[in-house]
Amino acid sequence: MSKNEIAISVQGLKKSYKNVPVLTGVDFQVRTGSIFALLGSNGAGKTTIVKILTTLLKQDGGTAVVNGYDVASEPDSVRQAVTLTGQFAAVDEILTGRENLIMIARLRHLKNPRQLADDLLTRFGLTGAADRRVSTYSGGMCRKLDIAMSLIGNPQIIFLDEPTNGLDPEARIEVWKMVRELTDSGTTVFLTTQYLEEAEQLAGQIAILHEGRIIVSGTLSELQNLFPPARIEYVEKQPTLEEIFLAIVGKKEEK
Amino acid sequence: MKMNKYIFNDMGVMLGRSMRHILRSMDTIITVTIMPIAFMLLFVYVFGGAIKTGTDNYVNYLLPGILLIAIASGISYTAYRLFLDKQRGIFERFLSMPIARSSVLWGHVLTSLVSNAISVAVIILAALLMGFRSSAGVLAWLAVAGILALFTLALTWIAAIAGLSAKSVDGASAFSYPLIFLPFISSAFVPTESMPPVVRAFAENQPVTSIVDAIRSLLSCKPVGNDIWVALAWCLGILVVAYFFAMLAYKHKAA
Repeated sequence: MSKNEIAISVQGLKKSYKNVPVLTGVDFQVRTGSIFALLGSNGAGKTTIVKILTTLLKQDGGTAVVNGYDVASEPDSVRQAVTLTGQFAAVDEILTGRENLIMIARLRHLKNPRQLADDLLTRFGLTGAADRRVSTYSGGMCRKLDIAMSLIGNPQIIFLDEPTNGLDPEARIEVWKMVRELTDSGTTVFLTTQYLEEAEQLAGQIAILHEGRIIVSGTLSELQNLFPPARIEYVEKQPTLEEIFLAIVGKKEEK
Repeated sequence: MKMNKYIFNDMGVMLGRSMRHILRSMDTIITVTIMPIAFMLLFVYVFGGAIKTGTDNYVNYLLPGILLIAIASGISYTAYRLFLDKQRGIFERFLSMPIARSSVLWGHVLTSLVSNAISVAVIILAALLMGFRSSAGVLAWLAVAGILALFTLALTWIAAIAGLSAKSVDGASAFSYPLIFLPFISSAFVPTESMPPVVRAFAENQPVTSIVDAIRSLLSCKPVGNDIWVALAWCLGILVVAYFFAMLAYKHKAA
């Protein structure tokens, strides 16, 4: 891979909290324009990696290069290129949806913040709720606004830390759709998740974080090849509860 | 740290945001403006007749102390807002954006100054309706404004420490109770001469008495003597120490 094709490059990343090692040497690379999923159980250190890559936290050792800039020595340049949608919706609940978007546009020093906000509200189907306070939004609407705020200023790399945590199945599918659309415009998406299905659905590249290290990484088919070839078995397939739920509420996921 | 050319724009956005928070919170408006006015009504029209201050206009005597109580309750909301920002994802979103790093904190400080100035002005208007009169000239009023601004700033930095290091919402605002109480054990409501020796010694040597006395002298065109210097020394001393620890807490959070 040439330098421009790599959006994020992490080598030997280490981080401890009060002598408790969380990351003990993490290595991975993320291709530009791809969706990269970091999988791991709760407490595995996924959020710690996101915080280091978005300059919120300093690593103890190793290097992390984001969009060609070292996170430790050139944090300002990294911040120009990334946006973070944290684990908890990073929206201002007292402001309205529109005010939230305008605020971020003004902080990014863009022209026509109002126009930008209107466009995003339309694109994310939030126009009807635009002038309501965010505290009245549902979890799914909050997350949509959150992601819309992250798109302001067209960042090259978007970090989504457990973007579908706490969402109902419909809202989750909508978020998945939005994430897929992001990469259409060449944006790199780095997402963490504890849902295996989410990684399977979205990610071109998957890395599994376990006990402070990346234990495997690759495309889905590469990971599948690590296991003995599939044997063909005939199993009666019962619909899952999710399939039943989605069939009843009348939404079908488009793949 | 290099000066960010957008620092004033960023601080302005943050100021606008927090001012909206205040204007949309009935609770804040009641506590920082209506409550002090209620105190003033209570002391003037209920207790005032029995209080001997040696002046014929008790509103004139009372006003400086009421203003300090209003400011002390005002800054507890600064701590509260700062705590909520820190606790929710919005703080991390701001810090992962290419904005002036200090603007997040300074936005709150600026909000504190502006909102307290507004509540002080409203309370002075109410006092005028209740018979407060002052023959003080422009210079004396400017000096009063300066002392109040310095007092606000000093307490705001204490609030910043509380907001940044608190573990719970209650903790973030509980620190202000002693500050709100301090004017009661001072020359704000009654002359210290009437107090028992130990209480009197405390009252005469704590910051509020010197600040109240200085403002009272300025407004009634009497010589301020040493009070103003003692008051300024207290405010500046608290300001410097609190600023140091607040910055320490902020660097820790925004590392």
